[in-house]
Amino acid sequence: MIEIKNLKKSFGEQEVLRGINITIHDGETVAIIGESGCGKSVLLKHIIGLLQPDSGTVTVDGIHISEAKEEQLYSLRRRIGFLFQSAALFDSMTVYENVVLGLWEGGERDTAKLRLVATEKLALVGLRGILDSKPAALSGGMRKRVGLARALAMQPQYMFYDEPTTGLDPVTSDQIDDLILSLSHRLSTTNLIITHDLFTVRRIAKRVIYLDKGLVYFDGTPEQLDQTTDPQTLKFIERFQVK
Amino acid sequence: MQPVRYIGRKTYNFLSEFGDISRLLAKTFSFIPRLKKDRVLLFNQMASIGTNSLPLVVIIGFFTGMVSAWQAASQFKGLISLSLLGSAVSRAIFMELGPVLTAIIIAGRVGASIAAELGTMKVTEQIDALESLGISPVRYLSTPRVLAGTIMLPILTIFANLIALFGAFVVANFFLGISDKIFFDSVKRFFHLKDIFGGLFKTLFFGGVTALIGVHVGLRTSGGAEGVGKSCVRAFVLSASMVLILDYILWTIIF
Repeated sequence: MIEIKNLKKSFGEQEVLRGINITIHDGETVAIIGESGCGKSVLLKHIIGLLQPDSGTVTVDGIHISEAKEEQLYSLRRRIGFLFQSAALFDSMTVYENVVLGLWEGGERDTAKLRLVATEKLALVGLRGILDSKPAALSGGMRKRVGLARALAMQPQYMFYDEPTTGLDPVTSDQIDDLILSLSHRLSTTNLIITHDLFTVRRIAKRVIYLDKGLVYFDGTPEQLDQTTDPQTLKFIERFQVK
Repeated sequence: MQPVRYIGRKTYNFLSEFGDISRLLAKTFSFIPRLKKDRVLLFNQMASIGTNSLPLVVIIGFFTGMVSAWQAASQFKGLISLSLLGSAVSRAIFMELGPVLTAIIIAGRVGASIAAELGTMKVTEQIDALESLGISPVRYLSTPRVLAGTIMLPILTIFANLIALFGAFVVANFFLGISDKIFFDSVKRFFHLKDIFGGLFKTLFFGGVTALIGVHVGLRTSGGAEGVGKSCVRAFVLSASMVLILDYILWTIIF
């Protein structure tokens, strides 16, 4: 379970998070939406301890992130799969090396086993025959899939997706949505999805949190979001309203 | 009040950055016990910093030796016998020219390239990706680079010293008419082991500091491609300056 209490964070004069309170239960699939710069990615980085809060607490499975020792934090991160907006593949490595890096660094040295894991995870995201390719040779959608395979190789308990469909064409976006949906069913992970894309929200999420000016502005189901009459929320979602 | 505020802010920034570098150094050394497991990372960096820099070091060393022979000959003219040229040039090479010029080449080739590589990783979220996989960027990126720099710079300097001495001999022998016997007798007559080891001892610090600054600057990069470019320049300027400052301090201690 992830508990965020009164989380505040500023960068210089700019207040990005102004007192966020969110609880995410095990097995939930939650989408966090909001305008660019509203603090979505900053929130996600607090949960895995990449950023330290100015005040407030983030607790994951009872571990206070800002008070955790480094080893405890790294151990927790190994249970969290993270798909970055840019996929963040290591461009000096092959796809195979990218996918198994976490396992290799965790002490697994059996090459046959590592290649098997890489092949399996890549198959899970619909990729075959690219083990020895470099990330530069892949399309945007393929890179995201490899990023997903890398996260899945660690057999995570939580999956965080940072704008998984941003920059992708509609067909590839749909494929990524399908993939997230099928993986969340198959692997029973707790999923947190940062997105601007309300099509993704409607297809995948069971709960939506709308952040505005560093605060939680809406917390409910996608259906409740579609029925909102609040002008501020409507302004954000009307672009995605099906005419 | 403006100048006072400006100086105060600059002093604060300097001390703050010095503190960050010291913390990075302490953390980098804290992972040395894990080095047996991480030896592949270390060997890769030793190849990248050492082996790949060798051609450049050889070329620069050769020309440094040649020009130092001409310089010594010009200063000796009418004052000191050219038969002493070998000793003067070799001592200058072993104590100062070899170590410092090699270190500055490495600051340009390696310090800047470490900053560019890690800076690119930073702005493309690859550093965050390492963290998210439970891998410490300091252990994975900093420790192998800093140790490889510390180990490889003295080795490169040995090559640079030998090639520079050869360059000096070429000028002495072919252009100044000094026989090989006179040149190398002169080298041997005033040769002190302390000169060569003192010079090499300095390079341990030069190599470590160059790599450390490259890592520090790289990990603090922000602002996309422009930020990476600025980091490269900053890493070179900082590490070359640190090499010269450390050279002065270590010279006064060793010699």
